[in-house]
Amino acid sequence: MTATPKAEKERRLTYAQAIREALVEEMERDPSLLLLGEDIGEPGGVFGVTQGLLQRFGAERVLDTPISEEAVIGTALGAALLGVPTVAEIMFSDFATLAMDQIVNQAAKFRYMTGGRTSAPFVIRMVTGTAGATAAQHSQSLEAWFTATPGLKVVTASTPADAKGLLKSAIRDPDPVLFFEHKLLYNSRGAVPAGVDSLIPLGEGRVAREGSDVTLVAYLYMLPRALKAAEALAGEGISVEVWDPCTLVPFDRAGLRRSLEKTGRLVIVQEAPRRNGFCAEIAAIAAEEFFPLLKAPIKRVCGTNTPMPYAPELEQFVIPDEERIAAGVREVMRNAVRSASGS
Amino acid sequence: MVLIRRFEERAAELRSLGYIPGFLHPYIGQEAVAVGACAALGPHDYITSTHRGHGHILARGGDPRYMYAELFARRDGYNRAKGGSLHIANIELGIIGANGIVGGGIPIAVGAGLALKQARQIAVHHPDDPRARRADGVAVTFFGDGASNQGAFHESLNLAALWRLPVIFICENNLYGEFTPQHKHQTIRDIATRASSYAIPGLIADGNDVLDVYRVVSKAAEDARKGRGPTLVECKTYRHRGHYEGDMGQYRPAEEVAFWLEADPIKNYRRLLLAGAICTEDELRALDQAVEQELEEAVAFAKASPPPAPEEALEDVFVESYGGRALL
Repeated sequence: MTATPKAEKERRLTYAQAIREALVEEMERDPSLLLLGEDIGEPGGVFGVTQGLLQRFGAERVLDTPISEEAVIGTALGAALLGVPTVAEIMFSDFATLAMDQIVNQAAKFRYMTGGRTSAPFVIRMVTGTAGATAAQHSQSLEAWFTATPGLKVVTASTPADAKGLLKSAIRDPDPVLFFEHKLLYNSRGAVPAGVDSLIPLGEGRVAREGSDVTLVAYLYMLPRALKAAEALAGEGISVEVWDPCTLVPFDRAGLRRSLEKTGRLVIVQEAPRRNGFCAEIAAIAAEEFFPLLKAPIKRVCGTNTPMPYAPELEQFVIPDEERIAAGVREVMRNAVRSASGS
Repeated sequence: MVLIRRFEERAAELRSLGYIPGFLHPYIGQEAVAVGACAALGPHDYITSTHRGHGHILARGGDPRYMYAELFARRDGYNRAKGGSLHIANIELGIIGANGIVGGGIPIAVGAGLALKQARQIAVHHPDDPRARRADGVAVTFFGDGASNQGAFHESLNLAALWRLPVIFICENNLYGEFTPQHKHQTIRDIATRASSYAIPGLIADGNDVLDVYRVVSKAAEDARKGRGPTLVECKTYRHRGHYEGDMGQYRPAEEVAFWLEADPIKNYRRLLLAGAICTEDELRALDQAVEQELEEAVAFAKASPPPAPEEALEDVFVESYGGRALL
């Protein structure tokens, strides 16, 4: 085996750079792949993710669009149906509401309604979550809406390496994939594997931190907060396993089960409002399928059932912080109904 | 046109006999639009259709056997009984699908237009790529007067105009959006005028005259193939029946209905063929009989096709990488 130089193997990139690298590699691999979105060309996207791609691949492949979410998503779908893979960008996932017909009624159902005779291989990149005073129409976490629509795959990338590997898999996937990127993660740094084939398969969760007392499920911006909470709890003698599902659809049931077999306790974190969030689905899976593994009631730590407020103090109150996550874990430790040996 | 007319009349009968569940939106009266437009298209062209889609699909080469089987919700239907009347699609025939959402197919046709524009690039740089064959392709989207009020219509015209995509937007103005007459849902009389907002041509065709539709759509197709971008074509026509099978259409004035029944596209074209001595009465009768025969066989085929097994409902959600099955 040829040794890969360490610098190659462990380059540290930002999340935004990792996404850009995935796009560049996939556009080079497949010369028919197109990018579509508002301001993705010359300005390089509102978060700079697509900077330089127009210069590199030309205006025939990096298509700056008018502010027309419905037409953009329909266009990406129509091109995909004729075998031209596309990555469309929704600048803020809140604006997906303007393209809901094309996402929910058209893209999600095309394969099914044609009896499996057609597929729609395209990706919608959606920028999600809070970013500091971006208020109620630029801060939402709407991923659960799309998980409730059969026919869509839903990816939540939480680290630079995941962002690269999962986006590449999403682009090569034969079905419509919604790819959620969190605003506050764009400048986070991490090791990112080099190489055109550094794919991470959809549908596999990842243990972000090993532990033995509690499984703490978290994704997107809640992942770094959950990791910090886990560090703090380690000081109190609670060993927390942090588990990132990476993709919500398909969901890695086996991965969750493996973690619960170790810990027997489950806390689930999400930034989205509590009611009907994806946490509820994870909790239901655990309760229905893994109940014998559980030593304590399941705990959800979620955003409040409010629109996102503007004031930073209010915004920080609304979404879970490290302390609230840690409190959830402590509660589950206190509420153990069965001892580890007695279950 | 006769095939479409009789296909629909039979479908209505078969529905009343209980063979067809769900909705049917008859195209009767509008046949000249589908036939005239699709006659202007070639093998590398694509269409998106509407809830009133049977005519477009037949005109584009759809097989009545698979269409009836789909309407009957049987396994041999175009969509394995998962689409029904509102969703018949067959990409091989260039049919990207009928659509249950008014205006829903319009942006998708823009995407097809983008893919066809890319095929022109592929043809230059990689002439051996199979997609290069579509280099002269155009995408046609059919929609109604009601859809011309939707955002999808305006966004799509703007985008196609901006990128000079080979797309033909064909509005079938049958004077009613569902139950609402045109003057109650828009202030304009000619929907073609909306093209001027996007600096593209807006042409009007007599939607009850198959030759006029053919002439106008041919012009739009020629422009699109030459890279001159999209055209909006408005075809003035009329829906003989209600919005859907079962709607008696009583909201329409009797004299209006009588006027348009007299302007029937099939009657008109027969008169023209006979007057010009292009066909004889016998030849037209033979054509009618051939249509009856074809539909007779199509109905028998659909009746013989088995219903799907209930658990097939779980298939085709995704591509085979996950077994095509439903996922969480």
